[in-house]
Amino acid sequence: MSALTESPAVSRASKRARNAANPAPKGPKESPLARVGAMTVMLVFTLYFLIPIWWLFIAGTKSSGQFTSTNPLWFADFNLFANIGNLVAYRDGVFLKWMLNSALYAGAGALLATLFAGMAGYALAKYRFPGRELLFNIVLGGVLVPATALALPLFLIFSQVSLTNTFWAVFLPSLVSPFGVYLTRIFAAASVPDELIEAARLDGAGEVRTFFTVSVKLMFPALVTVFLFQFVAIWNNFFLPLIMLRDETLFPVTLGLYAWNSQVNQIPELRGYVLIGALLSIIPLIILFLLLQRFWRNGLGAGSVK
Amino acid sequence: MRITKRAATVALLTAATVALTGCSTAASTGGSADAADCAPSDGKVNLTFTSWIPGIEDVVDVWNKANPDIQVAVQTGPNGNGGTYANFFNQLEAGNAPDLGQIEYDALPNFRVQDGLMNLASCDGVMDAKSDFVDWTWGQVSFNEDDSVYAIPQDSGPMAMFYRADLFAANNIAIPTTWDEFATAAEQVRATGSYITNFSQSDINQFAGLVWQAGGTWFGNDGTDWNVDLTGDESIKVADYWQDLIDRDLVSTQPPWTTEWDNAYNTGAAWTWNSAAWGANSIASGAPDTAGKWAVAASPQWEAGDEASGNWGGSSTAVFTGSKHPYEAAQFALWLNSSSESLTMLNESANLYPAAKDGLDLPVLKEGVEFYGNQPIYDVFAKASGEVSSDFVWGPTMTQTYNDVSDGFKAAVSGNGTLAEALTTGQSATIKALQAQSIPVKE
Repeated sequence: MSALTESPAVSRASKRARNAANPAPKGPKESPLARVGAMTVMLVFTLYFLIPIWWLFIAGTKSSGQFTSTNPLWFADFNLFANIGNLVAYRDGVFLKWMLNSALYAGAGALLATLFAGMAGYALAKYRFPGRELLFNIVLGGVLVPATALALPLFLIFSQVSLTNTFWAVFLPSLVSPFGVYLTRIFAAASVPDELIEAARLDGAGEVRTFFTVSVKLMFPALVTVFLFQFVAIWNNFFLPLIMLRDETLFPVTLGLYAWNSQVNQIPELRGYVLIGALLSIIPLIILFLLLQRFWRNGLGAGSVK
Repeated sequence: MRITKRAATVALLTAATVALTGCSTAASTGGSADAADCAPSDGKVNLTFTSWIPGIEDVVDVWNKANPDIQVAVQTGPNGNGGTYANFFNQLEAGNAPDLGQIEYDALPNFRVQDGLMNLASCDGVMDAKSDFVDWTWGQVSFNEDDSVYAIPQDSGPMAMFYRADLFAANNIAIPTTWDEFATAAEQVRATGSYITNFSQSDINQFAGLVWQAGGTWFGNDGTDWNVDLTGDESIKVADYWQDLIDRDLVSTQPPWTTEWDNAYNTGAAWTWNSAAWGANSIASGAPDTAGKWAVAASPQWEAGDEASGNWGGSSTAVFTGSKHPYEAAQFALWLNSSSESLTMLNESANLYPAAKDGLDLPVLKEGVEFYGNQPIYDVFAKASGEVSSDFVWGPTMTQTYNDVSDGFKAAVSGNGTLAEALTTGQSATIKALQAQSIPVKE
């Protein structure tokens, strides 16, 4: 699962590699040796990231008997669908419930987080008010604080208001995205011209309407990027649910699979379910990356190229 | 270290924590901590119970149907060291711990010194239940003190030797009954190209089980101070024994619970496994190609004719301080861990091997097991269960101890240092960890 979060780096790297393969006419010339060297490094890293996923896929297609006794990187009898069937049927389909939970936490959470981050970034970029830079620096500081460090204090706070072990205990903290505020501010400053906002105001649009009808469209690549990053972060979030949740029906898929995996010593058949579950749990992320890639590449690029 | 806030909790202080929280009142009486006030509550009671046993909901459903006035809600999570213990401590800190929780024996002292557990001795039926449980398991939950019961024993892991009956027979090698014979057999097995067993470099619990069998213990508590004894004679004897086998390349040293490890057993590269009752299922599912070829015998002994067994694993059901209904919680814990209905279900869903004496005679534990050539293997474990010493004591910082010793063991199997040195390092690190937490310890 963690390998996937690295894939932006891979894709960016491969894009760069492609650019290197077709150098612009005026660019510096590369020696063939350097190109071969660069390609080799790329290839090694691509394999490094893809082999675990390949292994996971292969492992997911094997029956438990063949899992230990056959080549880990090549197929044995193809049992993928039987394995999925068993997983889905195990304990009344609790795995499907976990997938739905993850989709809800990550989907709704990332959507709202993007909205909030977009509004905050836009406000910080386009309005002048006292304390603006201070506010921005505090948000920027938030980028540096790892989410895991906040989990325990959050647990103690949520305990005070009896919100632990509820949907909200995981959902509310996911709405915060300091990185999103940072990115949308940079992007709004660069891509939403003040003149356009002036024009909208002259046409009689209120600030809220200006934001939603004019600015959001211009900021779209950045918003998609924030959404994607936040979605991946929530989907992969593990420590916060681990601390907050006791009720199995609220678990996201990461915590559920981890709980199963921690019992493999005593219930060995769980290992098969963990493997096939892990394989299924990365599919939504892959789909999302493929669907949104042209947007988020623009979004990431915009900040750096200008 | 937290200072206790309420008089009720003060009453529960162990002698060790009395000293640690700074109260200097006479604390030398050791085992006579006052028991919790344990009266039945009026009306309907709702309890919460955290356990990581798969399928525990079904067992609790049976209780809920039969006891409309004591309803138990199951909460779950990963296994104890996988995060649930940390959560228990957080919840105790935040004041929202569940009424009951599953705690393995080796973690009980840690919860006790942190004032996490209620003494159930005065709850109806709890002291009477002592004779219903295998002696050593009661020792684990009472810390071998009178008038103390900090949890109800749930399952246990008496150890015996799984072995490849077919390979021993085909190669004319006698089944070892002493550790000397085991070493000789190890040479003979090595001559065939295989290993007699795998030394578990990171599962210190198995090693502890071997020390337990040899009559050693790693900790002691005299009522005031903790005593750390990882380097006692028995521990060093066991460490030197295995070091010798490792040095002579007579045992393999794969990391346990990995596919390589499974594969070694599946392909006959390893012939025996000295493991707990629950290990029967690990072999059966990890080495499916060898079905019918395994058998179980008593663990090899240090002296011919001895009858000593070690234990590996097992857990208990504890009631946390802060529970408003200790009486009802204790009744539920007793039912969960001693009724044959519950024990049968727990065995079926999670391979739990009971701590209750009656549980050892469950019909399901008397049958022949197909994977083991229809041998009624649990008879061996039932006998072993009665041979486990009650003297073995766990310390309050086992996670740290396991980590330190396991680091040393991993280094030792790759040729850096020895197992005995790893124990010495673990000894001093454990004393430091206890001191760092202001837990009184004898140097």
